[in-house]
Amino acid sequence: MSKIKAENVNVYYGSKQALFDISIDIAEKEVTALIGPSGCGKSTFLRCLNRMNDVIEICRVEGSIKMDNLELNSRKLDVVRLRENVGMVFQKPNPFPKTIYENVAYGPTIHGIAQSKEEMDQIVETSLKKAALWNEVKDRLDEIGTGLSGGQQQRLCIARAISVSPEVILMDEPCSALDPIATAQIEELIDDLKKEVTIVIVTHSMSQAARVSQKTGFFHLGKLIEFGPTDKIFKNPDNQQTQDYITGRFG
Amino acid sequence: MNLILVTFIILLAFTSYYFGRKKALVIQSSQRLTALPKFYGYYLAAWCAAPALIIFALWSVFEPSIVKTFILQDYTDQNLTKNELQLIYTKVKALAAGTYTGNITNFLDESANKYIQLKGIANSAKVAIILAILIFSLSFAYRSVQKNDRMREPVEIFLKWVLFVASLGAVLVTIGIVFSLLFEAIRFFQAVKIFDFIFGTHWYPAKTFVRDGQPDPELMKDAFGAVPLFAGTFFIAFIAMCVAIPIGLLSGIYLSEYAGRDVRKYAKPIIEILAGIPTVVYGFFAALTVGPFVKEIGNAMGLEVSAESALAAGAVMGVMIIPFISSLSDDVMTAVPQNLRDGSYAMGATKSETVKKVIFPAALPGIVGSILLAVSRAVGETMIVVMASGLAANLTMNPLESTSTITAQIVVILIGDQQFGDPKTQSAFALGISLFIVTLFLNVIALSVVKKYREKYE
Repeated sequence: MSKIKAENVNVYYGSKQALFDISIDIAEKEVTALIGPSGCGKSTFLRCLNRMNDVIEICRVEGSIKMDNLELNSRKLDVVRLRENVGMVFQKPNPFPKTIYENVAYGPTIHGIAQSKEEMDQIVETSLKKAALWNEVKDRLDEIGTGLSGGQQQRLCIARAISVSPEVILMDEPCSALDPIATAQIEELIDDLKKEVTIVIVTHSMSQAARVSQKTGFFHLGKLIEFGPTDKIFKNPDNQQTQDYITGRFG
Repeated sequence: MNLILVTFIILLAFTSYYFGRKKALVIQSSQRLTALPKFYGYYLAAWCAAPALIIFALWSVFEPSIVKTFILQDYTDQNLTKNELQLIYTKVKALAAGTYTGNITNFLDESANKYIQLKGIANSAKVAIILAILIFSLSFAYRSVQKNDRMREPVEIFLKWVLFVASLGAVLVTIGIVFSLLFEAIRFFQAVKIFDFIFGTHWYPAKTFVRDGQPDPELMKDAFGAVPLFAGTFFIAFIAMCVAIPIGLLSGIYLSEYAGRDVRKYAKPIIEILAGIPTVVYGFFAALTVGPFVKEIGNAMGLEVSAESALAAGAVMGVMIIPFISSLSDDVMTAVPQNLRDGSYAMGATKSETVKKVIFPAALPGIVGSILLAVSRAVGETMIVVMASGLAANLTMNPLESTSTITAQIVVILIGDQQFGDPKTQSAFALGISLFIVTLFLNVIALSVVKKYREKYE
């Protein structure tokens, strides 16, 4: 079932066009990987899905992006509600300079989700458990989040993202700043999370895309070259460019 | 004479730099150099200038006192006091320079001749010694260059010592200032009890003025109570911070988080211009515009307002401090990494929530530091208070009355005629050192607060 449906999306930074006519269907409760060489527009596309491009003054998005028939690329859209529904995890772990507890409680506080202290404690515990971090931090929830290791920080950011029970989580190269062990933990986590949420992940690592995703889209120079089941993209792509990239001939 | 000598040494140093470099190029043709050619130049120049200049400086420091000892030797049998000897020496010097107008005794005349003679000998000796040193050190250095010794290390060591002496000088001057403050203050506290100074509530030093003889100790007891001054200082600083902190912080937040790039480009320099206005301009602005304005408003509301009110001085001082706080807090908030903002926006936080919950706490150490810096600046501010808040040291907490501060009273004490050794004059040093202790204390707190928060957030 389709969760997000993008049609003819064009993105401009000032007068420079960054994305050309992107149309893509992202299926519900699956992991969709976006791969491609640096500067191909995959992160730009990802940021269209939770309107993070609004932050960039000179950025302009055209076309239609629908999530459950709700038009995302519309002035009337309530961005705060959208971002409650579409969480995001960034390339570099960016926990707030607050305690571990406050980091996870940030979203629920803003959106007024918890009615009581007990409920908030429950949300924090559940989120940290889902992010596979609970056992490591349960005795030091009042320590500063930035004091954790890189991998733990990234899992804290994931816990923060899932604390408001989003339907979609966007991940922008979530493992590129982490060591192999931390990367493996995050990938395992992604596998678990997809039972409940739709995940779109941008990655530089093709092996990661092959490991975690069900669908893969290959971007090149602002265009979506090929999109399909991960197996097919990696074993038998239709497009010569995709074939070249996958086999490491460029990129 | 001295000027010519120093110029000569410096010119010679420059010449030896070029000479050393040229020599290095000659050596290069036959063997491998131990450093870049310019190091050979530096080496020669340093050996040329440093010993000669050091001897010159030492000579200039010690020559006058040696000459003085020689001259005053002739007077040792007359049983004169130190002050009388000093007077004679001054007379001799004036006579030698031809500017003496009093009675000339034979004895004095003889001394003056001796002085001129001694000076002449000293000068020739100085020139001779310095030339000898120049020749000696240059030939020594030239031998090393010729032997192609290692050049880089000595030059680096020399530079290290130059830098060390510069910083030592800065530290010593500071220590010297503190000690001179301290010694004068101690002499003041011999006349006035420290208890009366710290806890006394009347500041009226003019009362101790007596035409001749010692002032009455009972009067002294009641004239130098610094409480009104400390109270006034902190009261005016408090009013200033009430104006500066809210406006400064809010404009800092606007500039760093809300203003577009164009607004920021123009607004920030304009705010910083405020910091460049001389404080004396703020002073007459406060005295001539704000003061009367406050008085008028107050009178219209049926309040009794002094023309020189603490409110006017404090408000204008606050305006003066706004750019410190806004500019510094803008800087520290802009320095908060963009990915923290992104993280907050991606959670669905609005701009104001992001500022309140993420940016501001992350920037807090820097903000607290800038505020404490501003407080110590407000406490030390002089001109605005002198001009706008009056000189009468009232102990009051009414912002509409006039009050005075430590800095303003130091000005009052030290302008016009004063006698050194008078408790009134010395009280300025006591006030100065109290002010120094207060600002030092503030700075120490500021630093430790900043450090504590930094440990917490980084």
